[in-house]
Amino acid sequence: MTIAVPERHLLPVPPGHPHDRGGKAQPMLIVQNLRKFFPIHGGILNRKVAEVKAVDNVSFSVQKGETLGVVGESGCGKSTLARLLMHLMPSDQGTLVFDGDPVDEPRGISLRDLRRNMQMVFQDSYSSLNPRLPILESIAYGPSVHGVKRADAKAKARDLLEKVGLKPDLFAGRYPHELSGGQKQRVNIARALALGPRMLILDEAVSALDKSVEAQVLNLLGYLKRHFNLTYMFISHDLHVVQYVSDRVLVMYLGQVVEIGPVKQIYEAPKHPYTMALLKSRLIIDPDTRIEIPPLVGDPPNPINPPSGCRFRTRCPYAEAICAERAPSLGNATYARDEHLAACHITNPIAGHSMAGQTLQALDGEDIVKRATEAH
Amino acid sequence: MSDVPATPSLIAQTASPAPHVRGYWGNVWNRLKYDQVTLFFLILIIAIILSAVFAPWLAPFDPNKSSMAARLKPVMFKSFYLGTDEQGRDILSRLIWGGRTSLVMGISPVFLATVIGGFFGVFAGYAGGKLNTAIMRTMDVFFAFPSVLLAVAISGSLGSGLVNQMITLTIVLIPPICRVAETATSQVRTMDFIDAARASGAGTMSILFRHVLVNVMSPVMVYSSTLVSASILLASGLSFLGLGVSPPTPDWGLMLSTLRQSIYVQPLVCALPGVAILITSIAFNLVSDGLRQAMDVKA
Repeated sequence: MTIAVPERHLLPVPPGHPHDRGGKAQPMLIVQNLRKFFPIHGGILNRKVAEVKAVDNVSFSVQKGETLGVVGESGCGKSTLARLLMHLMPSDQGTLVFDGDPVDEPRGISLRDLRRNMQMVFQDSYSSLNPRLPILESIAYGPSVHGVKRADAKAKARDLLEKVGLKPDLFAGRYPHELSGGQKQRVNIARALALGPRMLILDEAVSALDKSVEAQVLNLLGYLKRHFNLTYMFISHDLHVVQYVSDRVLVMYLGQVVEIGPVKQIYEAPKHPYTMALLKSRLIIDPDTRIEIPPLVGDPPNPINPPSGCRFRTRCPYAEAICAERAPSLGNATYARDEHLAACHITNPIAGHSMAGQTLQALDGEDIVKRATEAH
Repeated sequence: MSDVPATPSLIAQTASPAPHVRGYWGNVWNRLKYDQVTLFFLILIIAIILSAVFAPWLAPFDPNKSSMAARLKPVMFKSFYLGTDEQGRDILSRLIWGGRTSLVMGISPVFLATVIGGFFGVFAGYAGGKLNTAIMRTMDVFFAFPSVLLAVAISGSLGSGLVNQMITLTIVLIPPICRVAETATSQVRTMDFIDAARASGAGTMSILFRHVLVNVMSPVMVYSSTLVSASILLASGLSFLGLGVSPPTPDWGLMLSTLRQSIYVQPLVCALPGVAILITSIAFNLVSDGLRQAMDVKA
């Protein structure tokens, strides 16, 4: 049972942005071996006793003009990833390349310039606007920090308010508590666009909105993307929305990328059992085909002490001895464009998994449910 | 960029037109306007302040001129409308002059403590980590003492006098204000708009002034205003114990202390400085309460 989704017209690489540097083929953002472990302190001397492996060796790239959807259970490191990309927290390891320029390196792009080119929309529209600043000021703040004259910054902010569908005459002087959730999120989007970025990271940007407003904001995002020639990284736990907006999808589990590929292939023929289970857990509108047994049971394992080998093996219906011994490799995800990669031994004919080479579809999706329930 | 239609049609523009948009302080005043109790006591405070400022013109007599003949006279005795004290000085004049000391003692230590405590609190709250621990645990040391005991101890070691009393009260008031500022700051610091400001490339100073201070200011100011009455009471207490201003300077606490011995002779007159302290501190308390309600913006 699939839901009718309009055929995605894969956008061609947009015509050159005025600030384009690397050319069409250069990915907008390359992320290589990004890692962030949060230390846990404890004991009498407050020493580091353990680490939460929030983002562990994550590599991928975002192509120019695409929307990369990022999905995964809560706590899998999606938001940490977003904050690492924005440099809101320091990473332990890893390199970022923005349009051919390494970030924060002597010969690359400075952090300040990166932030002009890449902006983020936060999930919580309540706490992401300063309650004591009129919204026009909130939007104009970014440009004024970068040395734009106050009057120009305000004119730009008014223009952006118009673009996100809020009449400047009505809304410019209002305070955040005088706006609805959807309106606040529009202001947040306008604020993110104020510096004229080329890429937006949308961290659960529509998750807190009700469905009708969510649809409006999604349409607005689509309009803005065409209008401003933007590239999106769309983080969400809503699989339907991700399918609707994304060109490619990246699936995270416990701080690692388990699968990445074009949206159609991921949704129609997932290669990783975790992706398969996630997709099975989507709610289906047809009452006759509803499932009553959860396809994925239990909580994700503790990220402080993740399972050996493949991190999904504790919940995987196809787990075998090999899965505990060796961690499956995702392949070269850093430069993947249209490749469909999955970090699972089943996809690798020489890994030594008994089902190697078979597709999950052939193994029958229903099996996952049965095996999972038997296993527990 | 400008030749694309401005807005897609899908956007609802149903918000009713706001005739004119008030700023934050406009909103506060609008709410205060209908709060008659607060307004009444606000006017009372202004009256007390004005009478203290214009004491030389308002006081009918010299507050230090004594008279052996007219000692401890009752209320409405000749032209001594509120009677005289044990040295025959006019109570009304002394109350008007004494308001100067009391108000200075009520407001200036609170102001100083707000600036100093607020600075440390915002600093501790924004820096977090070890600096926060160092600053806040130091404040806790002062917290451990009851405020009166602490005031007496500091005042005792510094000696009496107006400036020393002011220093004493400032030191006593810094820890609670610092605590309030620290709590407010650490709450604000975790909000996404601080991250959003950082993401737009803003520096620490810009974030502190444009985003943190505006949000920390109103809780701190509201809390400080409740401390004005406490400060007046504490100052009067110190004067009563002889640790404040020295006689014959008119001061409500000191007047209370000296008139205490005559309470069986002229009970009403002896109570008057106490009434002045009571009214002033109640007025400050109620006004700060009203301010807190008016400034409480539901964000």
